[in-house]
Amino acid sequence: MRAAVVVFPGTNCERDTVRALRALGGEAELVWHKETDLSDFDGVVLPGGFAHGDALRTGAIARLSPAMKAVAGMAGEGRPVLGICNGFQVLCESGLLPGAFIANRDLSFICRYVEVEVADTDSMLTAGLTAGQVLRIPLNSYEGNWVDPSRQGRVVLRYVGDPNGSQDRAAAVANDAGNVVGIMPHPERATESVLGSTDGQRLLGGFLAALDRPTIGHR
Amino acid sequence: MKVTVNITRRPEIADPHGLTVGRALHDLGYGTVRSVRIDRTIHLDVTGEDAAEVTASVSEMCARLLANPVLEDFEVVIG
Repeated sequence: MRAAVVVFPGTNCERDTVRALRALGGEAELVWHKETDLSDFDGVVLPGGFAHGDALRTGAIARLSPAMKAVAGMAGEGRPVLGICNGFQVLCESGLLPGAFIANRDLSFICRYVEVEVADTDSMLTAGLTAGQVLRIPLNSYEGNWVDPSRQGRVVLRYVGDPNGSQDRAAAVANDAGNVVGIMPHPERATESVLGSTDGQRLLGGFLAALDRPTIGHR
Repeated sequence: MKVTVNITRRPEIADPHGLTVGRALHDLGYGTVRSVRIDRTIHLDVTGEDAAEVTASVSEMCARLLANPVLEDFEVVIG
């Protein structure tokens, strides 16, 4: 079971993500965004960064990359698709998750550990966790303020407190089936005790487990 | 043909930049300012002679890329 970690021009968290997945026993490979065929992979991560320099809007150009057609295909097949930070923004721009992002309420680039609580365990990311469980992971973003006028998004992780104004205090949002999840904080940066927390392992572990059972959460 | 696209964030969507600029204007003594919204203008130069065709084409560009349908409305102006 292998995960693709897609690299757009301006992505900068791909190596951290691959390292974290491999440390958990997963197989993960970097894939350039021009790749059209992801059939060798069982799931995909869109990592953090600044794809295409955030031109126009965060994720707006990355959505058009050739790899995104294959990502949409995997999402439709029920395979796990995880967007972290900028990857979450790309998933919203692609329409694979509802909503969009605006600047943080206080216009600050937030770069600190935050606490998030599990709001919904019916997603590949949160399946192994308990509702109400609190995790500590770093938030590193300027446009992390999720807005969803349609109210279709299913919040699976909620900030404890309200760091950025995100609707329903959403830190992570899933599609109906639970196989596509976007998370604004960075679980891959909380996977070794020297980094200050290992709580991100619980989340990435959920992604890796879903590679083996790609239809998890279908309802 | 020169085309101007005005992209406006819907009134119900927060504009943190506008709020901050509004507070700054109040700090400068402009108490008359009730609200500030900051929107985007995109200027295009498009080949074509028929204004209706160009408008239709640029409107499609807005729907597909230039505007985010979740947050924004757009207006296409020739000239």
